[in-house]
Amino acid sequence: MTIVDPTKESAVDPSVVNITINNKPVVARKGEFIIAAADRTDDFIPRFCYHPRMSSVGMCRQCLVEVETPRGPMIVVSCMTPVVEGQIVRTTTDSVKKAQEGVLELLLANHPLDCPVCDKGGECPLQDQAFSHGPGESRFVEEKRHYEKPIAISDIVYLDRERCILCDQCTRFADEVAGDALITFTSRGNDTQVLTFPDEPFSSYFSGNTVQICPVGALTAKPYRFKARPWDLEQTESTCTSCSVGCRTVVQSSRDELVRYQGVDIDPVNWGWLCDRGRYNFESVNSPDRLTTPLVKTGTELAATSWSVALETTARMIRLALAGNANSVAILGGARGTNEDAFAWAMLADKLGIDQRDSQLGDGLSPEVFNLAQATIDETCTASTIILLAPDLKEELPVLYLRVRDAAQKRKSRIIEVSARDSGLTPHAWRTVGFEPGHQAQAVREALSTPEMKEQLARGQVVVVVGRPNLAENEMFTLQALAEVFVAEPSVKVLPVLRRGNVRGAIAAGLTPQNNSGDAIDILNAAAAGKIDCLILLGADPMADVPDSGLVQRAFTQVKNLISIDTMINDSNRNADVILPAAAYGEKNGTTTNLEGRISNVAQKITPRGTSRPDWMIATELSISLGVDIGVSSLEDLNSKLVGAVAAFAPSIDAKSTHGDGVLMARETPVTISGNLSRAIDRNAYNLRLVVSRTMYDSAGSTVSSPSLAGIVTDAAIFVNPLDLGRIGVAEGTNVRVGAEGTNIVIVIKSHNGVHRGTAWLPFNHTGVDIRPLLNISSDVVDVRIEPIK
Amino acid sequence: MSRLNETNTKSAREIIAKYPRPKSALIPLLHLSQEQNGYITREAMQHLGELVGVTSAEVYGTATFYEMFKFEPIGKYLINICRTMSCALMGANELMHHAEKKLGVNAGGTTPDGMFTLAHAECQAACTEAPTLQVNYRYRLRVTPTDLDNLIDNLRDGKLKDEFPPHGVLSKVRQIIPADRAVGAKDPEDVNESPAWLDGKAAL
Amino acid sequence: MVRRQGRTVSKTYVHAPGFVAGDRPKIVTSRFEFADSYTLERYLATDGYKGLRAALSRPANEVHEDVKSATVLGRGGAGFPAGVKWGLTPQQVWPRYLVVNGDESEPGTYKDRLLMECDPHQLIEGCLIACYAAGLSQCFLYIRGEMAVAQERVAAALNEAYAAGYIGKNILGSKFSVDIILHWGAGAYVVGEETALIESLEGNRGMPRLKPPFFPAANGLYGQPTIVNNVETLANLPWLLNHGVAAYTAIGTKTSPGTRMIAVSGHVKRPGVYEIINGTTTFRDLIYGQEFCGGIRNGNALKAFVPGGGSAPWFTPDQLDLPFEASQVGPAGSMLGSGAVMVMDETTDIPAAALTLTHFYAHESCGKCTPCREGGTWLERILRRVVDGDGTDADLQQLLEVGAMICPGAFPHAANEKLGLQAVAFPYKMTTICFVGPSAFAPVHSALTLFRSEFEARVKKRVTIPVTAVGVSV
Repeated sequence: MTIVDPTKESAVDPSVVNITINNKPVVARKGEFIIAAADRTDDFIPRFCYHPRMSSVGMCRQCLVEVETPRGPMIVVSCMTPVVEGQIVRTTTDSVKKAQEGVLELLLANHPLDCPVCDKGGECPLQDQAFSHGPGESRFVEEKRHYEKPIAISDIVYLDRERCILCDQCTRFADEVAGDALITFTSRGNDTQVLTFPDEPFSSYFSGNTVQICPVGALTAKPYRFKARPWDLEQTESTCTSCSVGCRTVVQSSRDELVRYQGVDIDPVNWGWLCDRGRYNFESVNSPDRLTTPLVKTGTELAATSWSVALETTARMIRLALAGNANSVAILGGARGTNEDAFAWAMLADKLGIDQRDSQLGDGLSPEVFNLAQATIDETCTASTIILLAPDLKEELPVLYLRVRDAAQKRKSRIIEVSARDSGLTPHAWRTVGFEPGHQAQAVREALSTPEMKEQLARGQVVVVVGRPNLAENEMFTLQALAEVFVAEPSVKVLPVLRRGNVRGAIAAGLTPQNNSGDAIDILNAAAAGKIDCLILLGADPMADVPDSGLVQRAFTQVKNLISIDTMINDSNRNADVILPAAAYGEKNGTTTNLEGRISNVAQKITPRGTSRPDWMIATELSISLGVDIGVSSLEDLNSKLVGAVAAFAPSIDAKSTHGDGVLMARETPVTISGNLSRAIDRNAYNLRLVVSRTMYDSAGSTVSSPSLAGIVTDAAIFVNPLDLGRIGVAEGTNVRVGAEGTNIVIVIKSHNGVHRGTAWLPFNHTGVDIRPLLNISSDVVDVRIEPIK
Repeated sequence: MSRLNETNTKSAREIIAKYPRPKSALIPLLHLSQEQNGYITREAMQHLGELVGVTSAEVYGTATFYEMFKFEPIGKYLINICRTMSCALMGANELMHHAEKKLGVNAGGTTPDGMFTLAHAECQAACTEAPTLQVNYRYRLRVTPTDLDNLIDNLRDGKLKDEFPPHGVLSKVRQIIPADRAVGAKDPEDVNESPAWLDGKAAL
Repeated sequence: MVRRQGRTVSKTYVHAPGFVAGDRPKIVTSRFEFADSYTLERYLATDGYKGLRAALSRPANEVHEDVKSATVLGRGGAGFPAGVKWGLTPQQVWPRYLVVNGDESEPGTYKDRLLMECDPHQLIEGCLIACYAAGLSQCFLYIRGEMAVAQERVAAALNEAYAAGYIGKNILGSKFSVDIILHWGAGAYVVGEETALIESLEGNRGMPRLKPPFFPAANGLYGQPTIVNNVETLANLPWLLNHGVAAYTAIGTKTSPGTRMIAVSGHVKRPGVYEIINGTTTFRDLIYGQEFCGGIRNGNALKAFVPGGGSAPWFTPDQLDLPFEASQVGPAGSMLGSGAVMVMDETTDIPAAALTLTHFYAHESCGKCTPCREGGTWLERILRRVVDGDGTDADLQQLLEVGAMICPGAFPHAANEKLGLQAVAFPYKMTTICFVGPSAFAPVHSALTLFRSEFEARVKKRVTIPVTAVGVSV
């Protein structure tokens, strides 16, 4: 049906086509366009509307080249003319030169000459190509087009229509790639302009990509406007760790401050795209709230002190706790650092005999999912069937959402979504299977038993994307549902989507419960029972992330010494006894592991703020203070120790290498999963069953301390199906009382078509009302009663 | 509130059902909405987006491409005087000057009483009968200044109500496909067979 | 037919304004003489739906073969044979659609509207025959938005035909089933271009798609094989099926058989729409013939004429003896286009006339291709300056240079004996997707090439040296 875009690799026939470009033989791929073949040679064809990751529109007409035809040489657009065997292409003849100069002169006709004050100046494709392929002078003496400049089209993006050359890159991206057709061409002809619908902003999670691909300075982003000039920028390639997709980025700084991230196109992961949270939360690294010096509690106040004092104090606390019992020390966190950070802390824990460690915070899944047959992102996106037992990818793993959406839209993968709530991928799902939390496995068993589904599963590779869709539902239900998929189709592969940046690397490096000790929830329970004397928070904020704030509070009250290694003060470490300032993203080198097990580097671009330092260095210094030297002399040394000690990291790249694609972890022989079917008790008809999940802009520290993003975070609210709203008898937007097992909160209620009847959706960790009192980690599911406030 | 009213919403659903894909109905629905309100309102565009399953921005992008859609109220009678070559050769400019004087507004303007909007138009496909004009897209041919004066007077006096419905109304006849005759529209994704009358043979 | 003193006098009908009948074969305008020509009753009384019945009695591929061997040329502008076009659809890809192009808006063109208003059933029958022959399972009849009466007549005719069993399920008791959906546009000339028409029918902005890869026959509406045919083209089919290929090809020439409707407008004595014999009728016949336009108004001299709609390069009296035959008009430097002749007499202000057309195409640019969006408006602004008397010599050169950005290389034009010009054959090269951009340049180029002295008389004898910065001139 839909025409497969020949620029995309999977559509390309492996057979080659031989053409010549400027008399030089070029081996082209069947089905690709001339411009793509030329991009592998030294002959640059100028272009504005062509983007290799989007379908060609051939509208700027800049990429005109000459092709030999039976009727003589023809001028064609190279971005939409496929290669054919024996084709003769010329890109530098007089007629090509004249045509290209003509188009450039026309593009410049209405383009303002404000390069000196334009953010794009110096890295502007229009400017560059005007120099390289332009006519050298303009004969356009008439008045140029005038528009109000610039206008804010979202909280982040500004649009200057005078600079716009109408290349369709942003509008095409919004529609075709992001699925948020919120900007569009309007009017016609010479009056054509890009606009949003009046008073409906371009509130896409991916809006920053349009700024990056804009070939002129028409689209600019608030965080970078007038911050730097391209020739002042220093940059290094890195990997984003805002979530576990691991998008490839370029980190740019000016005067030792981060000023911009740009997406880098790598085939296996992000194709050049970034989400706005990952793109703009660098502002938090520059935040004035960053910790710059160690803090130690004296009396009731945290006071600044030296590293030697702080390390000694920390060592004393650990030693004291260990003196009684090795089980009285526990480590939570480590998923936001590098593989090396995690490994250094794991080595330290090994030396000290600390088994109680967990880099997950009760909001993930059992690490056994990593032992199942694994799929990569690419394998997922080329599978015949993709089964989603996952959180809303658009909210939690945004660029993976783009990849899966693309698979469904352009590659004919069929999505079977098993979800208690509609997600960003629901419109693209081939079939959706709804269920009430607690009944997930039954729903999967029943759904996959129909002839239609069986036929679909037999069509080719099946990949299950599995994560934690609902923080108010015991993870065992998801694991049982996963087991049901294995029953239906044993050859299935799994893409685990645990969301925290380097959770997979941290677990592999050893920050996971050892010797059958308990997980984070067990650790917190033990602490609440007074069994933990010293709790170390390694970049973890359990108050924000553990879906049971009561438990965390009880644990913190009982713990004698709370030690935090973090970049900022948060709700968890506000009352710590010691806080050691950690270097943030962009301030340290190392490697990270994404959700599919891809190891790639993260890079230092700026000096760590104050005296903050990487987690691994803190572990090393602490090991010396504790007299159990882990023997790390440098990051390189640590990396080679990691590669030697942990089989998964054997193919690991050098910590400082900048090999873009990274390498996949070594995989062990997969095991299989089985589970006994259990189900939660049925819901009382008066109650609603809770679905608690994250949205992209929640109160995460890196979001709220990034000024450009902080304003986008919305206040907490409870969402129900419009029909349930009617049944409860309250108006949209009013306050209601939401009660569960003896606690209740007062919160605004809203209706949402994507919330299934009989359930209520609470976005986790938003500003305003704290919803966590409703959650109790020991219950399988949470039912709430919503009442009007009289 | 200027979303489609109940009757028109029902018509809209019927129109959408005629097409293999809902967005195809967008231009007919914009006409329906303009027929209801005389112009295209913001709320109508949002409503149409909901009906055909696209964003308001997509509706806006499509609507603003086409000349006939107006985004603010205009006169009850839109007088479009053709100015393209054949009409220009036969005195269209003079006719426009005359109309401007007669109505007291310049091309593009609306009379203060809201009765008339005067506009330049491009070729109206009646070139042999130049100069031509359209009132709400219905013709007057070989128009002399006197004809124009009479036309405007008669419109103002309500004498031509039957011939010229108010701006927004196009065809007064709607296509009705009897349920028992309709083949029905299917998404092309769901059709894979050759039409029955080809008896499995390839068309040429 | 009224015969007076042994010679034919053409007659016009009040209910078919602009149409002028004559003593010539009538393939598509035979019912125009009846005041109720648009009703089913009249249609049935005058051989209506007999062509369809004839088609249904034979296998589809034979019907297709007939259309092919009759060489029914497309009447929309490009003149591509309909039967060949249908055959370009890929095998075994379903569904396929028919899109009827009734978005008539090329300057000077007036025929499809007549056919829709005066004989809608003939068009419907043509659609049905095409769908049957080419295996098209749904038909969209796209009428220009600004044609309220055509919309009414076609809607009423469709309703009649559905009720009478000519459209819909199991037509006339056969296995043939098709819906015809009436659709109308909203004012955009460019939508007459077939790929833009498809975009518009999909509910999008009517911006043309590049061919290839978007040849509608392979990759059209919703990405499916789609036949886009002009109204007049389809209106030929009932007669063809009714009377047979031999009768059809007996009229006209081998390469241009049958008749075609030509609208002659401008400075002639009797402007109108004429159904002429294709291939043999000459421009002189049409403009000066007594059964046609009867000469130039007031006995004036002919200065120039546009032979095939506003997009076509212009002819002068030197080309009057060319027939309506593409193989002769192309080498002479223009095209037959959509069957529209616009006549200018000696009183015509040539630069101003060219401006009306350049303005038209600049205004109607969809905005997709840079050369058309920017170049069309630029041309218009320079030309307006010249017409207003504010232009310079350099502006005339600049017009040609901006034009060359849209159409590089030699641009087609007619020969001219007085000026010593040799013809440059049609077509032109272009840097745009569709012909709207080149069409903005065509009138400028023709006018400047054939009537340069009129421009020179208009411009101040002042030369502007090309400048590098805005506002700095000598």
